[in-house]
Amino acid sequence: MRKMLVAALSRVLQGPAAARTVARVVVASRTYADFASEATFEIKKCDLHRLEEGPPATAVLTREEGLHYYKTMQTIRRMELKADQLYKQKIIRGFCHLYDGQEACCVGLEAAIKPTDHLITAYRAHGYTFTRGTSVREILAELTGRKGGCAKGKGGSMHMYAKNFYGGNGIVGAQVPLGAGIALACKYFGKDEICLTLYGDGAANQGQVFETYNMAALWKLPCIFICENNRYGMGTSVERAAASTDYYKRGDYIPGLRIDGMDLLCVREATKFAAEHCRSGKGPILMELQTYRYHGHSMSDPGVSYRTREEIQEVRSKSDPITLLKDRMVNNNLASVEELKEIDVEVRKEIEEAAQFATTDPEPPLEELSNHIYCNDPPFEVRGPNQWIRYKSAC
Amino acid sequence: MGLRRAAVAALEGGLLGRVPVPSSAAAWRHAAHFTFQPDPAPSAHGQTQKMNLFQSITSALDNALAKDPTAVIFGEDVAFGGVFRCTVGLRDKYGKDRVFNTPLCEQGIVGFGIGVAVTGATAIAEIQFADYIFPAFDQIVNEAAKYRYRSGDLFNCGSLTIRAPWGCVGHGALYHSQSPEAFFAHCPGIKVVIPRSPVQAKGLLLSCIEDKNPCIFFEPKILYRAAVEQVPVESYYIPLSQAEVLQEGSDVTMVAWGTQVHVIKDVATMAQEKLGVSCEIIDLKTILPWDTETVCKSVVKTGRLLISHEAPLTGGFAAEISSTVQEECFLNLEAPISRVCGYDTPFPHIFEPFYIPDKWKCYDALRQMINY
Repeated sequence: MRKMLVAALSRVLQGPAAARTVARVVVASRTYADFASEATFEIKKCDLHRLEEGPPATAVLTREEGLHYYKTMQTIRRMELKADQLYKQKIIRGFCHLYDGQEACCVGLEAAIKPTDHLITAYRAHGYTFTRGTSVREILAELTGRKGGCAKGKGGSMHMYAKNFYGGNGIVGAQVPLGAGIALACKYFGKDEICLTLYGDGAANQGQVFETYNMAALWKLPCIFICENNRYGMGTSVERAAASTDYYKRGDYIPGLRIDGMDLLCVREATKFAAEHCRSGKGPILMELQTYRYHGHSMSDPGVSYRTREEIQEVRSKSDPITLLKDRMVNNNLASVEELKEIDVEVRKEIEEAAQFATTDPEPPLEELSNHIYCNDPPFEVRGPNQWIRYKSAC
Repeated sequence: MGLRRAAVAALEGGLLGRVPVPSSAAAWRHAAHFTFQPDPAPSAHGQTQKMNLFQSITSALDNALAKDPTAVIFGEDVAFGGVFRCTVGLRDKYGKDRVFNTPLCEQGIVGFGIGVAVTGATAIAEIQFADYIFPAFDQIVNEAAKYRYRSGDLFNCGSLTIRAPWGCVGHGALYHSQSPEAFFAHCPGIKVVIPRSPVQAKGLLLSCIEDKNPCIFFEPKILYRAAVEQVPVESYYIPLSQAEVLQEGSDVTMVAWGTQVHVIKDVATMAQEKLGVSCEIIDLKTILPWDTETVCKSVVKTGRLLISHEAPLTGGFAAEISSTVQEECFLNLEAPISRVCGYDTPFPHIFEPFYIPDKWKCYDALRQMINY
């Protein structure tokens, strides 16, 4: 487009010198002052359960916010794709559950809460580990099991932790009662903090989730229960697993919201609403984020035996969260396509460096095998096979 | 996939006599820590077919559903064949009211299974990984195990069998590698069975299903594809609570179950070649109630006992065997009983090759016992 403008202007002004001046003028005119500082968007209304009114139907997005969200989502997307690549090269082993497709959920949630709020989720946790403050190189190093990893290489994909981020939990549904406990501590310490407790559509059928609903509602805990409904619990679609697929209503006496989880602004506004609900002492609230994952359940699942490739392609083309944000920003003059491309390049470089670190960092030393079993004072000998190497535990 | 490479390495090592030597840390994690040696095809049960472990399980379940019209199979994802392909084809053959999926709720699955069994129907429940059996622990220990006892034999859930993939797999980390047999060994009223190979698995599973007591059947997941044998196509039963002496010997008795049996077979070969020591190998098969007689008779003969399992040392089932044997055979023991087990840590992610009781650790323990 720039070239066309230059050509047109130079034809009008005639002469090589004039063309050069025109070119400089054209470049100079595309400054950042050209962009709008913010834009208002209409977002989808949420379905409500036991609530009189819901989150607002419009959202304001500033340019800085937009660029930040875009960069974060793009980083998570590329990080997950890199993890996919490393897994196929057998540099990452074990179990790896990828989050691409669901980026709007973690970025939207983080945008609506404070860093002092708490969050706990299940095993599809790489996105949350990033939004809660861990760097990409620490995440990738944890996946490859190196000592530079955020859990010193001892946890792997499912057990990543950060400040106010309690993981990263392997057993399905086990993190939900933990989330209620964290919420109780928030209420007890009185620092106006809340806890976001996430689980999936498969975990929503676990008994301990209902036990937690009861406790949270009874004691009015500042807990936002968030069901990330990506339509498939491993290979089972929600219709075949749940008698009621209205996950936002499953809390029964707990008010609920159903939100389009592919739209970052929807997620952000709804979370702000829910956070306000909790902070004002009204007790727990339930959010169902309707989202989608492009990869299979884990790296051992091709992801196409229980759903069609056409379905995945359709979601990718119509509801991809990054594309949605990009279109919104470009169409409302919040950013240019080139600017976003520059961010893409920057992100790619960061991920490459992180992958390089993750592949070359040394593995944790063997003494780590016996560390951190208990809180040790004094250290004790960890028993193992008779007369072989004995490890001393340490804090 | 890692498991296929392990299988190839295992077959290569077995057939050509080469032991694959890992060339780097990365290679270590792909080589299996054992070589699977298939047993000769049994001739007493008719025609046999080449099957690996998951196929032999499917065959057993097929026989069970054919014979017993009340038998039902349920669990997470069993309808399409299961995550380890143990139930492939069964839904198509027997219908969706006999082979069906449950939602993600282990406590619910086992509780539901107990209910089905109490009415007299045969319930075969699948828990997707043994690591996930703990939400169902209360149902198994407090309900299933005690039903007959507390009702004075009026009711029982004997026709319940719970199957779960078990044991280390090379890359399972904390929650896909556990061996929880010790937790269940402490619970009178249930039976715990662990096969070492496809032929054993089919026979033992059919016995568990027939058995009039609730049974837990752990299947070593690393052997699902790695273990291939000629397995009879028809039903056959291998008795429970009977340990098998795989190899007679005179100097040391070695006891293990599941995958670890293949590790100690390697150790026995090494001991014979390098130390001239003759080892007696026993596959325990049934953990609860266990065959004390076979093990004690063997120890009386040899005077030395080595027990090996992947589960952590403290409170592992080797402790129970060790304690009973020292009671029964104290004066016959030439050396302290050796337990070669996993470390007392959660099952590690990156440290797995160092955690598992591989053949070198067992060999070293054996050597110490000989030189005692």
